[in-house]
Amino acid sequence: MNLNALHHREGLSWTPVLRQTFPITLPVLFGYVAIGIPFGLMLVKAGYPWWLSPIMSVVMYAGAGQYIAIGLFAAGAPLPAMAVTMLMVNIRHIVYGLSLIQQFKTVGKWKPYLVFSLTDETYALLTGVKVPEGLNPGRFYGSIALMDQLYWIVGSVIGALAGTLIPFSFKGVDFALTALFTVLLIDQLRRTRDAVPTVIGAACAVVALVLAGPGRMLIAALAGAIALLALIRGTKR
Amino acid sequence: MTSLSGAFLATAVFGLVIFMTRCFPFLLFSRRDPPAFIRFIEEYIPPAVIAILVVYCFKDIKWTTWPSGIREILSLALVTGLHLWKKNAMLSIFGGTAFYMLVLYLF
Repeated sequence: MNLNALHHREGLSWTPVLRQTFPITLPVLFGYVAIGIPFGLMLVKAGYPWWLSPIMSVVMYAGAGQYIAIGLFAAGAPLPAMAVTMLMVNIRHIVYGLSLIQQFKTVGKWKPYLVFSLTDETYALLTGVKVPEGLNPGRFYGSIALMDQLYWIVGSVIGALAGTLIPFSFKGVDFALTALFTVLLIDQLRRTRDAVPTVIGAACAVVALVLAGPGRMLIAALAGAIALLALIRGTKR
Repeated sequence: MTSLSGAFLATAVFGLVIFMTRCFPFLLFSRRDPPAFIRFIEEYIPPAVIAILVVYCFKDIKWTTWPSGIREILSLALVTGLHLWKKNAMLSIFGGTAFYMLVLYLF
């Protein structure tokens, strides 16, 4: 068989990729629909039309960022202040990108979208998965990122359209995201066999929660963890 | 309250700001090889960040008033136990989530 034909065939079929990636994204499906619904609901309750919800989920695509945006809209904050607040809330994404530079070298034309769609959950999935033999890394990562965003959009539309009418209680479904992070952490520990980064991260997060409070803990914890890790591990090399 | 057109404009600005934060490291190191410090970040930061995110998920629990996070801790223990035992991500995640929803519903 000639290599070109093989390449061509792989180029056409999405089925083997999706068969691998869909199960990986399932926890995010439940988690994103569960936290997307309250977002859509809150946006409409704040006095905005339902279709602003999917627009925000397409253009911004940031869980915490979109919730905070509703608060900023409701407060009628001036645009520059809103922009600075949003920058502070999302500044952690700079760190995410830094740890994916090498991994994204092989993804080809998917790269802009992968960078755009790098949420907490997608980041956690992408740093934890291995591209199976014979699959195109761009498509593998890209389909995970794209499905995650679709779930988020679907959740935010359901919430905006019919949030109040849903009879079944979704209370607690968002624990799927907590469980997902926990499972990914255990997998990371199994692979790296090095508990130091985890212990430092957890300790910094607890200290940051106590000192800075729930609203500002993420930045404080990230800054602390990077500084400590650089001190401990940076000198070793 | 921000007007609808103001919210539109703000959404576009937010989208740009968020995309910039996600782009920044890739733009910075697109032409040259990242320094050794970046390789250090790639190796050690993901577990630290994910550990931070786990703690972040528990940020709104009121530890001083009943049930003071017991439901969350139990569910977290179940997820951890299941995953150490069976090593099946789906089972751990859905088992833990179903347990948590049931406990929320019952207590």
